[in-house]
Amino acid sequence: MKYAFFPGCVSKGGCPELYQSVKQVYPRLGIELEEMTTASCTGAGVLQEKDLRLGDILNAHTLALAEEQGLPIMTICSTCQGVMSQANHRLTTEPGYLDDVNRVLAEEGLSYRGTTTVKHFVWILLEDVGEEKLRQAVKRPLTGLRAAPFYGCYIQRPSAALGFDEQPARAQSLETVITLLGAEVVDFPGKTRCCGMPLLTINEPGSLQMVAHHTSDAKEHGADVMVTPCPLCHLNLDGLQVKAAKHERREIDLPILHLPQLLGLAMGLEPWALGLKRNLVSTTPVLEKLGVA
Amino acid sequence: MLTTFRIRRFNPEAESPQSYFQDYQLVTERSDTVLDALIRIRETVDESLTLRCSCRGAICGSCGMRINGHAALACKTKVASMVSSGETVHVEPMNNMPVIKDLVTDMAGFWEKIRQVQPWLQPTGPAPEGEYLAAPEAMNHLTGVMHCIMCGACVSDCAALEVSPNFVGPAALAKAYRFVADPRDGNSSSRLGELNNPGGMWDCTRCMECIEVCPKGVGAMDRIMTLRAKGIEHGVPSTSGSRHTEAFADIIEQKGRLDEPMLAVRTFGLTNLRQMLSFLPMIFRALPRGKLPRSGPLHRPIPGIDRIRRLFQRAKEPR
Repeated sequence: MKYAFFPGCVSKGGCPELYQSVKQVYPRLGIELEEMTTASCTGAGVLQEKDLRLGDILNAHTLALAEEQGLPIMTICSTCQGVMSQANHRLTTEPGYLDDVNRVLAEEGLSYRGTTTVKHFVWILLEDVGEEKLRQAVKRPLTGLRAAPFYGCYIQRPSAALGFDEQPARAQSLETVITLLGAEVVDFPGKTRCCGMPLLTINEPGSLQMVAHHTSDAKEHGADVMVTPCPLCHLNLDGLQVKAAKHERREIDLPILHLPQLLGLAMGLEPWALGLKRNLVSTTPVLEKLGVA
Repeated sequence: MLTTFRIRRFNPEAESPQSYFQDYQLVTERSDTVLDALIRIRETVDESLTLRCSCRGAICGSCGMRINGHAALACKTKVASMVSSGETVHVEPMNNMPVIKDLVTDMAGFWEKIRQVQPWLQPTGPAPEGEYLAAPEAMNHLTGVMHCIMCGACVSDCAALEVSPNFVGPAALAKAYRFVADPRDGNSSSRLGELNNPGGMWDCTRCMECIEVCPKGVGAMDRIMTLRAKGIEHGVPSTSGSRHTEAFADIIEQKGRLDEPMLAVRTFGLTNLRQMLSFLPMIFRALPRGKLPRSGPLHRPIPGIDRIRRLFQRAKEPR
């Protein structure tokens, strides 16, 4: 199980604990990674607002690099996953588009044939590592912990580009992993909704309202913790939770964990190794609940 | 198969009008749509159940409602595709619009926003003797958006509208694109100027709900993104939305990866110091945790940045 590893900008920037925690868990699951150091940012759907073709060229460059290595790509960010999946979908389905983009790549001595698969870590856990191996890796089942999933838009929509037809279990992947780790899934209506991050620049009150709504809703449904496969959602749900609570005049205090942090806890890893002190909303209540504080 | 339909009911004429769920059990066939089932409930179980429908063939756009949490046309949704035997189908009226009764919503606001984008052709110059002509290949890219049947599904599930009711919304913006991108329309700059205002094209949160729920594949959010690109191209006055996009692209061209603090400064600009300062408490919490990303000269470009810069340049060259 070897992958070209695309960490994404935020795991190397605003959420270093994501990079730190995924580095701790992947070798223990039989995964090998080769980090893509020369691949650019996907554009995060933002650069695409200015120039969609430019975004597709940058992502075709990344896809071609992995194709040259003969490796599928592993992402740890819903947004990176979605943007690359959409680019890959356009490149491989729109007639003549791949040729057009390859003409640009050709001057760099590169060509993309359209064969690279891009998989988020949460899909790899279920589709490649497999449930049995994942169960075996659990050394400290998260018994009694009530975890609410929060996906991030880009790993849910548009489903046609994300391979949901071929792999329908992807739509429920977080719930499946949470259950396998021994925790209880807290279902709530906001789990596939927008975290508000893209709205932050243009409508901050609206963005904060979304943060407050989703985190409070999960808590009211009984969640001890929320878990996300998207560091951009994490920036909003964790980073801005205090501001959102103040804005909406309510108390929230819901710890938000990156998926590899939750997984690492179930694997028996030390909280410091998973960067749990770096989360802005204290994760201590989670550790106390698990008896590891 | 035996199916339970849990339907959100609301009667404005009740003594104390309040919405509530009511369960109906029905034997459904493999071929039954949700609309077939609802009509059967109305005709054989409870004649007070109120819904709106007409063509039953996904053409008129009347039977938009939320089925298991997502907007859809009831006539295009097979019961068997939603649930297995014995399971429950949740049926609710569309979101982001007032409910008149049961599953019927008031779409006056929806139509008002459609009118707001002036959904008619506005050519300039002297009128031709015959029709305004356009080459078929110049119109091909508009066929998708012309498939819109105004059902309201995209508006119902729009996350931005939930927090910002003045947002013009995905249906109206898709309609605006239909005219901005029409080669016969002469009013693109003025249209884009209007769409650049608060509540316009920059208020979309890019959640793609509208793409996912559209029964006709209009892809409203993709059209909104094209409107933004056209706005920047036409030089509409900068907003924090457009500054964010421009700064993002510049940073990736220079460094290959995101410089988050630089992006924030360039987006909010020095004109919005108050908003920048409001993030200070978060920054002070992030600092001791080693979470503040490097920026400026301390944030190095990725290895092989020259290639990324060349790709940026080549993308600008004519094809």
